[in-house]
Amino acid sequence: MDGTHFNEMYDGGAVRPPYAQLEDWMRAMPAGLRSLKQAEAEDLFRRIGITFAVYGEGGDRDRLIPFDMFPRVFSQAEWRRLDRGIRQRARALNAFLADIYGRGEIVRAGRIPAPLVYGNAAYEKAMAGFAPPRDVWSHIVGIDIVRTGPTDFFVLEDNCRTPSGVSYMLENREIMMRMFPALFRENRIEPVDHYPDLLRRTLASVAPAKAEGDPTIALLTPGSFNSAYYEHSFLADLMGIELVEGQDLFVDGAFVFMRTTEGPRRVDVIYRRIDDAFLDPLCFRPDSMLGVPGLMDVYRSGGVTIVSAPGAGVADDKAVYAYVPEMVRFYLGEEPILPNVPTWQCGNEADLRHVLANLPELVVKEVHGSGGYGMLIGPKATQAQIEAFAARIRSDPANYIAQPTLALSTVPAFVAEGVAPRHVDLRPFCLVGERIELVPGGLTRVALKEGSLVVNSSQGGGVKDTWVLAE
Amino acid sequence: MLSRTAENLFWIGRYLERAETMTRLLAVGARIALIPQVGEGFRNEWDSLLQASGTAAGFRRKYGEAVQRNIESYLFFDRDNPSSVASCFERARENGRIVRTALSAQVWDALNGAFQDLHALERLPRSEIDIARLVDWTTRHAALAKGAIDSTLLRNDGWDFLHLGFCLERADNTARLIDVKYYVLLPRADFVGSGLDSYQWQTLLRAFSAHRAFHWAYGGEISAAKVAHFLILNPQCPRSLITSVEEANLHLERLAAAYGAETRAQERARELLAELAGTNVDRIFDEGLHGFLSRFIASTADLAQTVGDCYLTGQAP
Repeated sequence: MDGTHFNEMYDGGAVRPPYAQLEDWMRAMPAGLRSLKQAEAEDLFRRIGITFAVYGEGGDRDRLIPFDMFPRVFSQAEWRRLDRGIRQRARALNAFLADIYGRGEIVRAGRIPAPLVYGNAAYEKAMAGFAPPRDVWSHIVGIDIVRTGPTDFFVLEDNCRTPSGVSYMLENREIMMRMFPALFRENRIEPVDHYPDLLRRTLASVAPAKAEGDPTIALLTPGSFNSAYYEHSFLADLMGIELVEGQDLFVDGAFVFMRTTEGPRRVDVIYRRIDDAFLDPLCFRPDSMLGVPGLMDVYRSGGVTIVSAPGAGVADDKAVYAYVPEMVRFYLGEEPILPNVPTWQCGNEADLRHVLANLPELVVKEVHGSGGYGMLIGPKATQAQIEAFAARIRSDPANYIAQPTLALSTVPAFVAEGVAPRHVDLRPFCLVGERIELVPGGLTRVALKEGSLVVNSSQGGGVKDTWVLAE
Repeated sequence: MLSRTAENLFWIGRYLERAETMTRLLAVGARIALIPQVGEGFRNEWDSLLQASGTAAGFRRKYGEAVQRNIESYLFFDRDNPSSVASCFERARENGRIVRTALSAQVWDALNGAFQDLHALERLPRSEIDIARLVDWTTRHAALAKGAIDSTLLRNDGWDFLHLGFCLERADNTARLIDVKYYVLLPRADFVGSGLDSYQWQTLLRAFSAHRAFHWAYGGEISAAKVAHFLILNPQCPRSLITSVEEANLHLERLAAAYGAETRAQERARELLAELAGTNVDRIFDEGLHGFLSRFIASTADLAQTVGDCYLTGQAP
């Protein structure tokens, strides 16, 4: 690891203040104890049952996401700025979604090209003219943030549909507290365990007007074979809401009901962890067995609220991403606190030329990709891979965007050789309902392979506990 | 609660109980196999146990000869046998995984722990695993799960469905085990009351871990009538048919109270209990033990089906 990456713990050899206490802790831990603690952590994860399966791999349903015990730390001041930037962006994204399914002012004002919005694959024509409760479309926004310097933070991408990983944020904290209670006595760390309460309140706050009494909330999961199933059941459990699959729900008249031991029970808010396409075979993919026939009719007539709203995917499209700073200015009249990473749109002639000429230095992504798949990391690719990818870009330019390879910050991690810096990013989870809520910190993802920049768990990345120090 | 959740809990109860029964079968078989072969009837005692557990056809397809070693494998480890101890614990744990929200951390721990421990057990060389060890293994893990259920689970409808699974499976399995002995093991009518007969009854009692309890409750000589009374009609015997049916009634009454509504299930359960409470051993032997037990097994199955119809389909009852 060369010296050109910002090391969040050691800045030019000296320990940065947020990590002061951790240095002693790290030095005082002999290698033997470290492996013991690592094994203890794995055992705890297995006992809890936090396992994760990678799509397309089949086989072992009981893989663990690697957990690195070295926490990532923010000072209160660092976090306060991030907090403001995240909330600002979440507001802008929601204003955008409400607008493009309404009057489309931002397009009329020429601030974003119409085809990018109305021709977007994620734009749900069925939702045009529809206004969900409180005009909120994306209730849980996962804004992925990277850092290149002490005060240099960039938003890497927005996730407005079903961002996952919050269960790891919560369980990582639990496990750290269990294994290293002394650390929590010595450092004053902002708690995160109120997230489920905040989420529940957010969900309840967007119940439809037709709901009677306390709203009935349910979490709709594809089922226990889904790779994120643990998180679904974990959240449902902590919120005290029902975990349902499509087969447990049915539509009758203007409402949707759960099949219970006492007969049918009306549902008011559905937190769905299923993609739009699978929600309702009568409206979207007709072959979907995961959804509920007729659900969208109930949704459109205000009989149920769906979180996040179908159609929210336009806002986390990687091509639309380039216009988010514009959204902040247009809807909020403010300058973006968190900047975008410079982005070239291959759908644009000039940008395409630049990208093709500089592939070895760039990261190229599919506009609708996720999970780190369908990506090219220029500096790590062979000439053959670069040429193959160039061909893919030429065949469908509008499907690709490119960004410079960022020198992502590093945080120490416990690796085979001892302690070594590894690249990290941050996914905070911003809740938007009656109020905007944000739990301090979020999920820090770490690329465990030396030199690797890919942090996604589906490609072998790991996770860390994230601390925000209370001052 | 969700019907599907209730159904999963119900089946966790059934699988755990079934796992215990399978292990008891193994224990019974092992002891009976120690008796010298006398007279006609089943040459191979194991065969009868496979019949009793409904696994005979599957076993024969896979292994052919009913040898102790193969039967141990089939009844304990084999995933091709849906009723093997391993299959039962796997399914119970899988159901537990699906309905995590309805379980306490300790119950999940017990189910998941058994599952992880099973893998460790399977890695041991077979020569190190004898039946006594398998029986211990099962009783320990089943006890952990039941203990966790009774001391940590919220006693809501979910708890009642779990217990309904336990007692309906227990009623069914106990009846089948008694049936094995009387209908299947006994070679000739004139063996009744002989030393052979007595030994086999004792073996059956040991299989229920009720050998000492029986002698405490009845003293004196062992006899078919006394054992039948103990295992069918004595409410003090934890595994008797009447105890299981009483428990089913209790849990169904709690559900009726919780939901504020009675269903056909409560009615059926009461009928079944009334029949048992109103009969005695002489009447049972007059009818014929096998006939009585077959009828009972059918009634229990019917009650389970009714519970399903009333609560587990999600339609208005």
